Amino acid sequence: MAKLLEVRDLVIRFGLRTGEVTATSGVSFSLDRGERLGLVGESGAGKSVTGFSIINLISKPGYIASGEVNFNGENLARVSPERMRQIRGNRISMIFQDPMMTLNPVLTIGTQMTEVLHRHRPELSREQARDIALDKLRKVHIPSPEKRLEQYPHEFSGGMRQRIIIAIALLTDPELIIADEPTTALDVTIQAEIMDLLMELCEKDGMGLILITHDLAVVSQVTQNIAVMYAGRIVEKGPTSRVIAQPQHPYTRGLIAALPQSSRHGERLNQIPGMMPTLKDMPPGCAFNPRCPHVMEICHRQIPALRPGSNGNMAACHLYPEENAHE
Amino acid sequence: MIAFMIRRLAQALIVIFIISLIGFAIKQSVGDPVRELTGISVSAEERQEFREKLGLNDPWYVQYGRFLGHTLQGDLGTSFFYKRPATEVILEKAPATLELVFVSSLIIILFSVPLGVFSAIRPDHFFSRLLMGGSIVGVSIPVFLTAIMMVYIFSIKLGWFPSYGRGELVMLGGWGTGLLTVDGWMHILMPSVALSSIMLPLFIRLIRAEMMEVLESEYIKYAWAKGLSSRRVWFVHAFKNTLLPVITVGGVQLGVTIAFTILTETVFQWQGLGFMFMEAVERSDAPLLVAYLMFVGVVMVGVNTIVDLIYGLVNPTIRIAGVK
Repeated sequence: MAKLLEVRDLVIRFGLRTGEVTATSGVSFSLDRGERLGLVGESGAGKSVTGFSIINLISKPGYIASGEVNFNGENLARVSPERMRQIRGNRISMIFQDPMMTLNPVLTIGTQMTEVLHRHRPELSREQARDIALDKLRKVHIPSPEKRLEQYPHEFSGGMRQRIIIAIALLTDPELIIADEPTTALDVTIQAEIMDLLMELCEKDGMGLILITHDLAVVSQVTQNIAVMYAGRIVEKGPTSRVIAQPQHPYTRGLIAALPQSSRHGERLNQIPGMMPTLKDMPPGCAFNPRCPHVMEICHRQIPALRPGSNGNMAACHLYPEENAHE
Repeated sequence: MIAFMIRRLAQALIVIFIISLIGFAIKQSVGDPVRELTGISVSAEERQEFREKLGLNDPWYVQYGRFLGHTLQGDLGTSFFYKRPATEVILEKAPATLELVFVSSLIIILFSVPLGVFSAIRPDHFFSRLLMGGSIVGVSIPVFLTAIMMVYIFSIKLGWFPSYGRGELVMLGGWGTGLLTVDGWMHILMPSVALSSIMLPLFIRLIRAEMMEVLESEYIKYAWAKGLSSRRVWFVHAFKNTLLPVITVGGVQLGVTIAFTILTETVFQWQGLGFMFMEAVERSDAPLLVAYLMFVGVVMVGVNTIVDLIYGLVNPTIRIAGVK
């Protein structure tokens, strides 16, 4: 049986007035049924655009230049717009970053929920659709859901809205949920609640989850595997516990060292010096070379390929050339 | 909702009060009623006596109080020219103008919504570009020029439409309407098109701009991510949000349209308020001018209140604010 999702050599480009820029290059990862994968990186690393590319919904002028997005063996990068619409919101649901902006302010929660069912399950009656919506609202612990269906988004708090968006994502029992920074816009106290809820629901129904975030702490609690992105490329991937415990790539090491719990009390927090290069002025060779503490001469000439590091994690770094030679 | 309406009503009263002040000021400064009433063959002493009798020597606030009292009873003075109560003249002329504004608003709504929406969802289409270019031209040409050109082309050259007047009228109570006869429609079509010639392109551009902005928003991207059909995303998710600012601007613009009737009615010899206003200015018919001002003021306030109520119906956040 084919994997649930297999992204292969994905290249996303943006056709700007000033010329083309490449947002991601050679991104490959895969996901088994029920697997949870964390896509980690700083803002601008290309993780969101990778997430949106799976349902072919990159904001203009972005487009998939090459590569495959195989979902149950079907390449979504090449299907017709109508076929794509049958999959979006049905077999692959998305959870957006800011719940305050995601729901339509002039439509009731009930309308915004049942329209998904009317679209993807046209055989359902209005009452059946309503019952499913109520059931999902209960699942995300919304109190008195009957009353809530009649209400508008502004009558809910941010945390409640994100629950509703999770409920909408669950409506059609999808095989995959893509959550783009689902807790970034929420209070810290609510973040954990929402994350737990999401994980619990995915586990119960065996749904796959791609969690896009910059928050390593969240990823380490929720996911089984991690892919770390930097400047449009995956620089390291592997099982979550191993990537956190034994990071191979200098960038991943820097990220983990930058976590507050990695520094000693009273000391300054660690940081990676410098900034990620913008898409327009990528340095030659490895994009991380201006910030890398282990930079070598080859780093300026050649882009390192993703290959197994010493502990089995995949890392794209010239520090691990020998393993490559053996293969 | 009731609290919201009461608040709107209080605001409306304040606005009308200010309009009455302005109306009073005009009345005080346009012409001398004694000269208008007595002619020139009256001695200065007699004039003085007359002024005293009419209360024109009283302090201004006493005079204003009297003016306000009369106004509240519907008495806005007697037109010098028509020798009839100004209110009566206004009510007789109002249907012509209101029908003109109504038909012109109808044209604006019927055309601006589909054209604006189309050019927003197909911004690169040839027709959208044509529309955007054309609308600039439309906005730039003054109403009276459009009106004169239309008379020249469609009345004089082609002879399709009559160039002046309201045509055959049907009396409905005190309201003489031209909307029930073919002849009436033939007469009203050109003036109302001319009247809408500025607002229509403006509205097409407004709807297009608002809709394009809405289409960029997160909730529209989310609607796409839900796999909804284009029709549903455009006409349910995007259009309802587009309407909110359009309704607000629309209410104000409707008032501006009433102001534009002065030009249109003059060109088409349309026997409405605008035409009457121009005549009253030429004859320095102060009571009629004040009556016009008061009437238009009340209509404007009324229209804006209705627009706010409609806005409240479309926008759920307003509805809640009204209840609280």
